[in-house]
Amino acid sequence: MKFASEFRDPKAAKVLLAEIAKVADQIGATKEKPVHIMEVCGGHTHSIFRYGLDKLVHEGIEFIHGPGCPVCVLPRARVDECIEIAERLGVIFTTFGDAMRVPGTKKSLLQAKADGADIRMVYSPLDALELARRNPEREVVFFGLGFETTTPSTALAIQQAAREGLGNFSVFCNHITVPEPIKALLDDPHMCLDGFIGPGHVSMVIGIHPYDFIAQDYGKPIAVAGFEPLDLLQSVLMVLRQIAEGRAEVENQYARVVPEHGNSVSLAAIDDVYETRPSFEWRGLGEIDKSGLRIRAQYEAYDAEEKFGIGYAAGRREVEEAEGCACGQVMTGRMKPVECPQFGRGCTPEMPLGALMVSSEGACAAYWQYGGARAVEPAE
Amino acid sequence: MCLGIPGQIVAITDETRQMAMAEVSGVRREVNVACVAEGALEGLVGQWALIHVGFAMSLIDEDEAEKTLIALRDLGEAQEALEQMAAGDAALAGE
Repeated sequence: MKFASEFRDPKAAKVLLAEIAKVADQIGATKEKPVHIMEVCGGHTHSIFRYGLDKLVHEGIEFIHGPGCPVCVLPRARVDECIEIAERLGVIFTTFGDAMRVPGTKKSLLQAKADGADIRMVYSPLDALELARRNPEREVVFFGLGFETTTPSTALAIQQAAREGLGNFSVFCNHITVPEPIKALLDDPHMCLDGFIGPGHVSMVIGIHPYDFIAQDYGKPIAVAGFEPLDLLQSVLMVLRQIAEGRAEVENQYARVVPEHGNSVSLAAIDDVYETRPSFEWRGLGEIDKSGLRIRAQYEAYDAEEKFGIGYAAGRREVEEAEGCACGQVMTGRMKPVECPQFGRGCTPEMPLGALMVSSEGACAAYWQYGGARAVEPAE
Repeated sequence: MCLGIPGQIVAITDETRQMAMAEVSGVRREVNVACVAEGALEGLVGQWALIHVGFAMSLIDEDEAEKTLIALRDLGEAQEALEQMAAGDAALAGE
């Protein structure tokens, strides 16, 4: 337990680990026949590697790293479209920093910025709004990206722009939702998932009931979890206990932050500004029905897709992923990052080939940062 | 990018736009408080909230705020959030 000393409460961690081991043995989980638990959120993936939880828990538990990092599931076509917008005359393109290094077909936003496009990293969509106010002669476009945690902030910014009648602000909306890809994974006959750790901050917005289908329709347990190592261990235990007792429920380990029914102001803003797209493309997962949001016609003036005739408004564009990139297989748990032929060779955090290496929440970057890099060092 | 960082609301700056000043890990940043506003905004002063991309998303107690900050520091997320705030300031300055 070399990592246990890093826990603020190592005693509590040891008790939880022992209890996890007891229940894992009880249900017959072994290294050869493990229980597969998917942590949906990239923040959880990062925590699991940071604290070495995958090595600390009973060997019969295998974490499958889910698709819950919006940067990681961003197709190259979307990056290309961002660059197309950014390179138009008079545009200030604003984005969260996470998306800057994601490779497009020819370049990343960072490279486009170096080539002269006015691309600015902002902390908040409100920064983009402020830029629009300060630069009335320029078109300010905000790259709306993220799951339900981030979605309300863009919605509230659009509502504010509408109240002010700002004519030079728009959002390139690529917001995505958590429940639908989980459903897609559960419907995949190749997937073997026994339970889920639900995303904490997404659930702070949407509550826990959007996951009811996981328990009710698919008979799988899920525990919504916080981000501390003890939160995650407790959630693993909650999932295991459900399996042991033959239950499938949505449990809330993170009740101190996650209200059962979510945040009403956020949900109202999302509902007012967005509608569900018929389908949306995910890197590695393909098109998933009803998994993306678009801006409602009422707010069309703030929709960069309509304003610039780009994205889904211009029809679907086919863009192949980089050759040899196995992000898709890694994201669906079919391959470990170190099994990807490009891991640490053609793909490193400095020169990422795939998105899972770009974001610190991506499984490949987490593997690399917390010891996985050793796996590709040449033997002495 | 979906993690929030705890901040303490120290003043209301624009009642109409529901904006407040929050202190996040020693750095002051204007944030929107629409998602946590119930009743008079002044009641929020002194309270702790999880701040995500410039929006207070959920009120939390001080003890939770402290624990979350430690966890985020361990993960490097607190520093990342502060760097993103600085990047936002730079973007507004035209950089």
